[in-house]
Formats: sequence, structure tokens, C-alpha cells
Amino acid sequence: MSISVKVMKRPEAGRTSYMRATLKGMSLTLRHLVRPSSVTLEYPEEQPDLHPRWRGTHRMEVHADGRPKCVACGLCPTVCPANCIRLVGGEDDQGNRYPIVYEIDEFRCIFCGMCQEVCPVEAIHVGQHFENAEYTRDRFVYDLDRLMEQDHPVTDLWDPSDPRSE
Amino acid sequence: MGEMQELVTIAAVKVVAVFTVLMVVVAYMTLAERRVSAFIQDRLGPNRVGPFGLLQPIADGIKNIIKEETMPGTSAKFYFVLGPALAIMPAVVTIAVIPFAAPLPTPVGTVDMVVADVPIGVLYILALSSLAVYGVVLSGWASNNKYAFLGGLRASAQMISYEVALGLSLIAVLLLVGNVTLTEAVWRQQQLGLWFVFPLSLAFIFFLISALAETNRLPFDMPEAESELITGYHTEYSAMKFSMFFIAEYAHVVTASALLATLFLGGWDIPFWTGDDMFRHESGWIRGFDETGAPIPATPSVLITLLTLAAFSVKTGFFLLLYIWIRWTLPRFRYDQVMHLGWKVLLPSSLGYIMLIAGTMLVLDQLGVPFGILYGGVLTVVSGITTLAFLFFVDRDRVIAGAHRRRVARSPIADEDALEPGG
Repeated sequence: MSISVKVMKRPEAGRTSYMRATLKGMSLTLRHLVRPSSVTLEYPEEQPDLHPRWRGTHRMEVHADGRPKCVACGLCPTVCPANCIRLVGGEDDQGNRYPIVYEIDEFRCIFCGMCQEVCPVEAIHVGQHFENAEYTRDRFVYDLDRLMEQDHPVTDLWDPSDPRSE
Repeated sequence: MGEMQELVTIAAVKVVAVFTVLMVVVAYMTLAERRVSAFIQDRLGPNRVGPFGLLQPIADGIKNIIKEETMPGTSAKFYFVLGPALAIMPAVVTIAVIPFAAPLPTPVGTVDMVVADVPIGVLYILALSSLAVYGVVLSGWASNNKYAFLGGLRASAQMISYEVALGLSLIAVLLLVGNVTLTEAVWRQQQLGLWFVFPLSLAFIFFLISALAETNRLPFDMPEAESELITGYHTEYSAMKFSMFFIAEYAHVVTASALLATLFLGGWDIPFWTGDDMFRHESGWIRGFDETGAPIPATPSVLITLLTLAAFSVKTGFFLLLYIWIRWTLPRFRYDQVMHLGWKVLLPSSLGYIMLIAGTMLVLDQLGVPFGILYGGVLTVVSGITTLAFLFFVDRDRVIAGAHRRRVARSPIADEDALEPGG
């Protein structure tokens, strides 16, 4: 199939009124002038409404006693397409697995949210947060403590029974 | 204090006051331009410096002053520096003859609210607005840059062309005023009971178009024309020298708006109120003449001065806004269209219009119609019909045509492809 090209229909000679077109244009701009639209978001003062499924900075959920919920199963580093999660798991006296090292490189991360989807204990989440600028590159590698400190809302998972989040 | 010293003091105070106000208005015009254009385009514009961005002009000024001046190595140095000075001077001097309020009573006598009530007001403005082209042409040439040079050339051609239409559209006004003094133009509008925009509607349209062209504003910004000439004649200028061209342009806009308000919207006259009618007559300040021709004295007061100043500011502000509004709505003309409009449409039409107005006035004077509302009414009807006829005849490709019509007329073979893009 060939690409369809929209052809502008030009009026015949002597059928266009330039005066009317000019006045029409002037009235259009006047309408915008007296009633400016509110498209602009004055960002630092106003914050955008993030969608419930917005995927941003990661966050590690914690138990009531302050331990990370992560059980170091190793599913998130496996599924991560950008290979940005480094996990070294350990085991305590009761045989509970826990992460010794858990690091996410926010620079490499593509914010696909697959780590959250794959997590069996709902420990790692992507969150509704995007202001993670830093002065140095190494600050972009979030360690376990920093991931646990994050307190922004977490992202809702996609629900197949409600695909449009309605 | 001697009388001479008193006069000099009053003049100096007025000069300083008017110049300061002009500069402030110019500074805030740059802000208004950016804010209004932003609103028109659904943006917000500069609103960071101060409340609503009101300190933006100051920030811009400081930036332009502390910026490094660049001087192109191959430019003609002397003329390169002279250019901005020549551009800014006529722009700020022109405002001097425009009366901006009713006379103000002071302890040292009643003072005219005009810097210089010269008897040749309109001629002075025409002379100085022609001088403005020298700065543009000189800086375009001295830059030794092809775009600047083309911009300067275009500017000279355009400003000289529209000077003609500007002057001719003014002649209709001068016929009705019977003088070239601007204070008298205001006075005659008060006497007529009608602002000249009604009895001289076509002259108003011509003057508005020519004033747009004279001040190099869109849709006539041929000398600048960003997309074609970078920025035209001031391409090579930076920092304060560039800023001076900017100030000159806006000062021209302010002067043109003030002039439009004075000549066509009654200057500082407040509509539907005769209490502010005031004119310097042999027997002092008068309001008008009674049936027997004896002058009715008027009493200037501070309140009237302030009210009329407000009226003048509102009228000028309206034209300033109109300038911005037009700039951000209408596209730029092509160069040949500008010349076509100036020489082939505006020039003959305004000549014909002068004949018409002069003829109508002759008939009215012969019939002994007094200079008043009836006189103005007849002229309004005549001018209204002429204006509608003019707009009807230039519209719909009869006189002014778009680019596609021309191409069709020139090459009938290429034309088939052009008209049927699908085929």
C-alpha cells in the first residue's frame, strides 16, 4: 500500500477573502490572548500528576522491624534486561536468605519494571518518582540502605483484568 | 527667577520626564511583547524575574551592558559604531512634539503637556522618521556582511516607499485640521465632536499600515526577516549596540502608537465630555466658541490633566497592544508584495482619497455647514463607503494576490502539476 498524502484543497482564484482570513486570524490569537490555556506546568513549583503505573526510582520494601523484604532469590538480576542489578545473597542462622549486597545502577536501568513484576515477595518496586539527579556518577548506584530509605509511592502493576487502569 | 530661566527649567523637567517614561515604556514593551506572544501561543513567557516577570527588562538591561562587545574585523569601524547612535536618536526625539495631556496649572503658570509644541509638528515627525533609515542603512553597510547589507538595502527601499503613503495619508488629516501642529489636531477633534478615525477611516487604515512598515514591524519586517536574513542589518551587532537597535525599534513603535492616538483617536481627549476641551487662544485658554464667535474660557486643573493623561495612555496602550497582536498573528509579506502594496495600492488610493476628502470638505464649506457633528457625520459616511469599497476591491485577488496565483499566470505547463498534486 502506498503512503497516502493529504492534499490541501485550495479555493479557486478570487474565492478567498484575505480581509476575512486576516480578521479570522486576529480573532483566533485574541481568543488565546484573553483566555491563555493552562498547558504549561510550572515544574519546580507545581508537580506533575504521575500516572499510577509511572515507573521511576526504585524502592525496597521493609519489614516492620526494619529488615528488607528481599529474600535474595536472584530473580530480579536474572530478568533485568539492562543488567543493572547486583545481588549477593546470604543466609542467617535460621536459614532465612537475605541480601548482603543489593545495588541498582539507576543510570543503566531502563525502568521497564520487570524486577517488580518478577519479585515473589513484593520487595523491590519501581516508584512514582523521577527527581534523582546527582552531582557525581557513583551516586547513581543505589545501595540497599538507600533503596530502603526511599519513601515515594510505588508503581501499580499492570492488571490484565483491567488493562487500562480504569 | 527670570522668565527665561523659568522656561528652561520647565522644558528640562518635561524632557527628563518624557524621556524617562519613554524608556520605561520601551523596556516594558519588550516584556509585553514576550508575554503577549507567549499567551497567544499558549505559553507563559518570562515570569521568573520578579512578580509576573516584571523585573525581566532590568535583567535584560544588565545582561546587555555587561556583555562583551564584538567588532567584526572587516567592518568599517567608525560607521559601525555610528550606526546604532543614528538609529536611536531620531526614535527617541520624535516623541517630543506629541501632546500627552491637557495643560497643567502650576505656580509658575499653566504648562503645556507637550515637550515642544512646535508649529510644524507633523513635518517634524515626518522629517525625523525619514532620518531613522540612515542608522539602519549605515549599520547594514558598515557591518561588511551580506545579510546585514541586504537588510539595510531592504530597509531603505521599504522605509522610503512607505514614507510616501504615510505622508499622503496624513494630508487628509491635515486638511481637516487646517494646520500641522499636533495640539491643534487634538483641539480640532474636540471641536468636531468626533475622533478622526471615523471621518477619515481610510486614512487611518493607510496610516496604520504605513506605520507598521515604517517601524519595520511584522508583517513588514523585511529588513530583519529572520528566516531570510538572520536578523538583517543588526546581524553583526552584539551587547549594548544591539540593544540600542532594539530600543530604537520599540521607541518607534511607541511614537507611532502615540501619533496614531493623537491624530485619529483624539489624543488626550476624553470621549463624551467637553469639560476637557482646551486650547491656547489669544485670550488665554478657551473651551470653544459660542454662537456669536466669542471664546468660552476654560479652566485647566490638575484633575483634568491627570484624567486626560490616563485617556492618552489608554489609547496609546491600545495601539501598542495592537502592534504586538498583529505581529504575532500575520505572516511576513514577500518583498515584492511589500513594494506592490506600497507603490501600486497605497500611493494611488491615498491620492484619490485626498481628492475625495478635499472635494467633500469643499462642498460642505460651500453649503455653510458648521464644523461640528454634522460636518463630521457627512465625512464619516463618505469615508465609510470609500473604505468598504477599497477593502472590497483589493480583496479576493482583484488587486492583491497570493503567490500561487502568480505562478499559475506565469507558466501554464508547470501549472498543471501545481494544481493537481494527485495527478
